Amino acid sequence: MKFPLLSAIMFLPLIGALIISVLPRGNRMGVRWVSVITTGISLVLSIYMTIAYDTSAGADQYQFVEQIPWVETLGVQYHLGVDGISVSMVLLTSFVIFTGCLVSWVSIKERDKEFFFFLLVLVFGVHGVFMSLDLLFFYLYYELAVIPMYPLLGIWGSANREYATMKLMIYLTFGSLIALVALLAMYFFAGEVNGSLTFDMTVLANTPYTAEFQKFFFPFMLFGFAALIPMMPFHSWSPAGHAAAPTAVSMLHAGVLMKLGAYAVIRICLDMFPAGAQVWMPVVAFLCVLNMVFGGLVAMNRKDFKFMIGYSSSSHMGYVLLGLACVNVVGINGAVLVMFAHGIMTALAFSLIGFIYDRAHTRMIYDFSGLAKHIPFVGVCFCIMAFASAGLPGFANFVGELMVFIAAFQIYPVATVAAVFGVIITATYMLRSIRDAFFGTPDPRWAGLEDAHTFLHRAPYVILITILLVVGFYPFPLLEIINTGVEPLVDKLNNAAELMRTAQLSR
Amino acid sequence: MIHYSWFILFIPLISCLTIVLLTRKYKDLSSYISIAGVAIPFILTLKPFFALLGSHGHFEPIESTLVWIDVPGLTVKMGTLIDPLSILMLMVVTGVGTLIHMFARGYMHGEEGFSRFFACLSLFIFSMLGIVLSTNYLQIFIFWELVGVASYLLIGYYYEKESAAEASVKAFMTNKVGDFGFILGILVLYYTVGSFNFYEIQDILATNGATYATGTLTIAALLIFAGAMGKSAQVPLHVWLPDAMEGPTPVSALIHAATMVVAGVYLVARTYPLLVLAPAAMETVAYVGGITAIFAATIALAQNDIKRILAFSTLSQIGYMIMAMGVVNLATAEVYTGYSASMFHVTTHAFFKALLFLGSGSVIHAVHSQDIWDMGGLKKYMPITYWTFFIGYLALAGLPPFAGFWSKDLILGAAHENGFHILFYLGTIAAFLTPFYMSRLWFVAFTGPKRTDHHAHESPLIMTFPLMVLAVLAVISGVIGEFGIPGVYHGFSSFIHYGSDPHGPLHLDIMIQSTIIAALGLFLGWWVYGRKQITESEDPMKRWLSGFYKVLENKYYFDELYFWFIRNVYNRISAFCNWCEVNLVIGFGVNGIAYLTRQSGAVLRLSQTGKVQSYAFIFVLGVTSIVFLSVF
Repeated sequence: MKFPLLSAIMFLPLIGALIISVLPRGNRMGVRWVSVITTGISLVLSIYMTIAYDTSAGADQYQFVEQIPWVETLGVQYHLGVDGISVSMVLLTSFVIFTGCLVSWVSIKERDKEFFFFLLVLVFGVHGVFMSLDLLFFYLYYELAVIPMYPLLGIWGSANREYATMKLMIYLTFGSLIALVALLAMYFFAGEVNGSLTFDMTVLANTPYTAEFQKFFFPFMLFGFAALIPMMPFHSWSPAGHAAAPTAVSMLHAGVLMKLGAYAVIRICLDMFPAGAQVWMPVVAFLCVLNMVFGGLVAMNRKDFKFMIGYSSSSHMGYVLLGLACVNVVGINGAVLVMFAHGIMTALAFSLIGFIYDRAHTRMIYDFSGLAKHIPFVGVCFCIMAFASAGLPGFANFVGELMVFIAAFQIYPVATVAAVFGVIITATYMLRSIRDAFFGTPDPRWAGLEDAHTFLHRAPYVILITILLVVGFYPFPLLEIINTGVEPLVDKLNNAAELMRTAQLSR
Repeated sequence: MIHYSWFILFIPLISCLTIVLLTRKYKDLSSYISIAGVAIPFILTLKPFFALLGSHGHFEPIESTLVWIDVPGLTVKMGTLIDPLSILMLMVVTGVGTLIHMFARGYMHGEEGFSRFFACLSLFIFSMLGIVLSTNYLQIFIFWELVGVASYLLIGYYYEKESAAEASVKAFMTNKVGDFGFILGILVLYYTVGSFNFYEIQDILATNGATYATGTLTIAALLIFAGAMGKSAQVPLHVWLPDAMEGPTPVSALIHAATMVVAGVYLVARTYPLLVLAPAAMETVAYVGGITAIFAATIALAQNDIKRILAFSTLSQIGYMIMAMGVVNLATAEVYTGYSASMFHVTTHAFFKALLFLGSGSVIHAVHSQDIWDMGGLKKYMPITYWTFFIGYLALAGLPPFAGFWSKDLILGAAHENGFHILFYLGTIAAFLTPFYMSRLWFVAFTGPKRTDHHAHESPLIMTFPLMVLAVLAVISGVIGEFGIPGVYHGFSSFIHYGSDPHGPLHLDIMIQSTIIAALGLFLGWWVYGRKQITESEDPMKRWLSGFYKVLENKYYFDELYFWFIRNVYNRISAFCNWCEVNLVIGFGVNGIAYLTRQSGAVLRLSQTGKVQSYAFIFVLGVTSIVFLSVF
């Protein structure tokens, strides 16, 4: 039997969580080492998977497949597999959780055992979503990725955490319930067509749903999943959640959880209901302008670093939505690349803000001045993050955004102009916050602030920045992988569009 | 085998990374690494440069590319392009860059952020060479933004100073506005022509340019030109350049005078195949340049900061270059003499403006003030700086036989022969104002007795050596460019030209006229400021221009206008959005739904009292009403 690579990547954090749960309370170092080692091995395996992934033309669409029957009467299987899109997402998740554990090593001071436990369970769920090819498991993992947020925010959170926790749970549960309606409809429809019920996503994706069926149920899925992206106007849980969450959770939340929504839109909405996508994605192109411009302008007016980055995150997810709305190869490739790049960038952002907040106990931009003098290393990293966020070339974000612009310009010119303007807005608030907090006369109040001196402090930032730069300077290899997942998807979307056109003509 | 041009591009980046990662703590070593990072590319550039000189105008472009993005429907390559235009720019950037790096080693001596400075400088050289070597619009856009970052970092070098922090943001944001147009222009062009590559676009447009709608091409050209306006600080996107003088003086010399700010001119040159098909855009280019030339020259009359005077003079000179690019009469005779003249002026201007900035740096280094009214009497204390600055001053003033004269003359000649009379006169007035305000600077800051009790002293050799080299270039580069070197090459325009007509005729009448005008400006400047020493309050300009002087001093209130817009429009829209978010989306929408849910829960809860009596009551009520309804 082949080595179950995907299961290993996915279960390592869960094993870590289980070991942590039996460690004696007070074994602070043990908890940390277990987390870092399990996520570290998982990261190494993810990198191996990325390298081993076969991008040649004749390769299978899903690779490293593991398939074990489970409940045969209902058609449930334990079925894992990755295509180019999921590979990049798994890699992203592994990087974010590994750096997140490193950051939490120092920043978590109370109940660390429970914290790391929930954190690792959460990651188990996230990996599961990205790898699962069985719809039932997909949905379970999707929920599993959300549930640990409740204790993580509620216990270790700050500022208005009860409100934020409640809001987040209600939004996300409600969203996934709406999606569930459409998923069940699809399950039974496909069961009717195929003659047997199955949750196998590769089968479900190849079932010919009628155009009417797709058009009706598409918005359920779209809006259900898009709440997690978050697509405006279903976004307000997100900045509040960011602000309340402890550092590592913010990193995961913005870096990975938000991508779950976008991933679900790609994997379920676009892949299963291509005809519905052709009808409904222009609506997304309209709504994503709200994300990019409105979200950006709100971020510009925020004085709290975390809220600023929170709104900035939903603003950036607008580029992802715009890319997806293009339903063509370049656009979806760009969208996935933005998902990857934004995940890394925003993890960096929240880890830096967390660093400052842990020491200064304030996150208000106006409380700071001339910080670059006192904490130069963090200051430099923050500048780099700001540049990446503002879509500067040399960083992965730029490549993705550029591809989205190129793809969208022909289809949605107005939205594209708004998107490019969104870059200016981002640059405005990013540079303003640097000017206000890091430049200017050094405030003696922060003279004692400790910079990131140790290896442990610096490692997460260095890792994340390196990824952004490497992909930004030479995106070709990663895009090659992503594209293997995008191409079959777009073929399907094009076929659906073609069918609809001929249907219209014959009528 | 990797093409040598890749080394030209990446050596500065390697320098930058080495300094950042390894030698940050060793200041001397860092500066040497940085100097090597620009000197080696210079030496490497000599190879194609001599090949070009020996080619007699038949130089085949060499492209070396690498696939950067390759998905179905979009292939983007990055690479290097060696053609006459890029070789010229390479020579200017690396040549002047090397000298300025050397100067900076002396100038920045003892600074806390010495290594950081040189790392940024190397980053800048890398990005600038990236612009120059770009093979396509996307690549040039990428490096375009990167020079913006380097410029931002260097303007904000003294980040603890509020004004420097402010200026860096301003520079970056103004450029972003230009780049907003630039990227959209690239997209329009891509969807019209189907390529990003310069030479491919040139071929496509040359063969079937007439099949495209002129309107679309004009929009593309104008949007791309917006990028050039931002980087080259053309009106109305000029506001950042004077403030950019907050950076250390070598930065002003390198980035904000000699190289980066002329990137816009270079971009226009690269966009020429498009511009010649879009007459309206071409004309816009000419007028934007002409207006900037005169506009900035007037402001320079009323400035007291030595670097700001030079900054406005830079604006004005770049205006000349941009104008020269645009003065083509596409309707009648297609004579592209302006193209060559413009690039010629880029070259000579790089030499004498770098010289002037470095000279001013040498003075600031010695006097510790930037106000020209604090200086004076420098001849005795710093003779090398004094005499080299004098050469730069005459070169900028446009007096023959110094470099500025020849290139400026060609520009005015191009405007004249293509029938752009308004621009010709605007340019001529600017050519009068330039020697005048430069004389003001010269006589106030350098000659006469000391104005304050400063302890000026000559700068060390590492600073004066670049000055001397640049001074020599400021003297000879014009003549060599104009007439060539017999037996070696036939003058500048024999290899930098557009179309088939390489060499315009010498305009003797315009030469004589502009010599007279330059001399007049110089004389008047001497008569007002040099005849006898005056103090700032006695500046006769204030009397002559009265109210208008205030307008000039405040740079036509552009800054105020923009600040008003940012404060009252941009920020307010942002605040309004936030208000909507807090009150409408969250307050009314989200919390409203939550409130409704809670309230309906509170009401419905009443039905679940748990008392048997009330259930019985409702039960009876129900039965009664059913009976009642069924009976009647």
